[in-house]
Amino acid sequence: MADFNIDDTVDITDVVCPTTFVKAKVALEELDEGQILSIRMNDGEPVQNVPRSIKEEGHKILKLTDNEDGTYTLIVEKVGD
Amino acid sequence: MAVDYSTLKKGGFMRQKQKNNFSLRLRVVGGNLSAKQLAKIAEVADKFGDGHVHLTSRQSVEIPFIKLDDIDAVKAALAEGDVEPGVCGPRVRTITACQGEAICPSGCIDTYALAKELDDRYFARELPHKFKFGITGCQNNCLKSEENDVGIKGGIKVAWREKDCISCGVCVKACRSEAITLKDGKISVDNDKCNFCGRCCKSCPTDAWDETHGYIVSFGGLFGNSINKGETVIPFIEDHDKLLEVCDAAIQFFDENANPGERFKFTIDRVGREKFEKKIMEVYNG
Repeated sequence: MADFNIDDTVDITDVVCPTTFVKAKVALEELDEGQILSIRMNDGEPVQNVPRSIKEEGHKILKLTDNEDGTYTLIVEKVGD
Repeated sequence: MAVDYSTLKKGGFMRQKQKNNFSLRLRVVGGNLSAKQLAKIAEVADKFGDGHVHLTSRQSVEIPFIKLDDIDAVKAALAEGDVEPGVCGPRVRTITACQGEAICPSGCIDTYALAKELDDRYFARELPHKFKFGITGCQNNCLKSEENDVGIKGGIKVAWREKDCISCGVCVKACRSEAITLKDGKISVDNDKCNFCGRCCKSCPTDAWDETHGYIVSFGGLFGNSINKGETVIPFIEDHDKLLEVCDAAIQFFDENANPGERFKFTIDRVGREKFEKKIMEVYNG
């Protein structure tokens, strides 16, 4: 994760679908265009679906990392206001 | 007056328990109705029925409590709103469809356009028994394609495009079939595991996949007195015209071989699955 300059982080491992995406979306709304958000999510349904939902919102996904503790970290660049 | 129930039934007038009352089934394609059609249906239900309609299990609408004497007036009134009676009995029934790629983010094919096309091609065609088509846009199978005599399911055949890939790994997790692996920055797809769901390319941040949209077609599904899951003959049909030729061949096989009152599954079983598959493959490869 040293490759990216993270502006903010959000942990969505404490919520379930559809709140996972909502929580990530709210965190993205706080940022300015071009800023980078790191999202920690659970394996299973969240990692299967949240990246795609973020793509469909028009943001730019940069990397998905396996934390090897049952969670993944998704690095996203905010696109748009 | 003698009542010809089979003629009435063909026109979608279903006899009710209540004497001289009919539940009028309407022609609906792919589960869509316009606001104009809905307004006219409401008006007719109020004026000629008892003020309610029933949504059928296969995306049609029925207006109950239509009186025998009003049939012509009801047909004329419905026509003003571009609404026609549907069908029952031994013929091609309502073509059902989910919303598909025109509306749904998961959709892989334009289900409504295809439903319209099949409706134009086959609707109400006389056959030895009822014959149902159902079209679903993706592997989520909201429209339960395999319970139909012919079920059509949308899918995407994928090919990884290395130059656009950022090796993020999202597709590896998006795939529910564990068909994708990422090693040393390179993606590989196990084609034996891929079920054409398209979740990899739909989730890919850089659209680093070449996509071929197509159809997974099943035959012989049933979900009434007997239950059977329709089965595929060809894993994936890429070409739209080929799909129509395959549908033509299936319906022709049924027409030529079925006994009266025999559903497609039982015709295939009786005549022989090999014979049916041979017919389909001939058309597909032809």
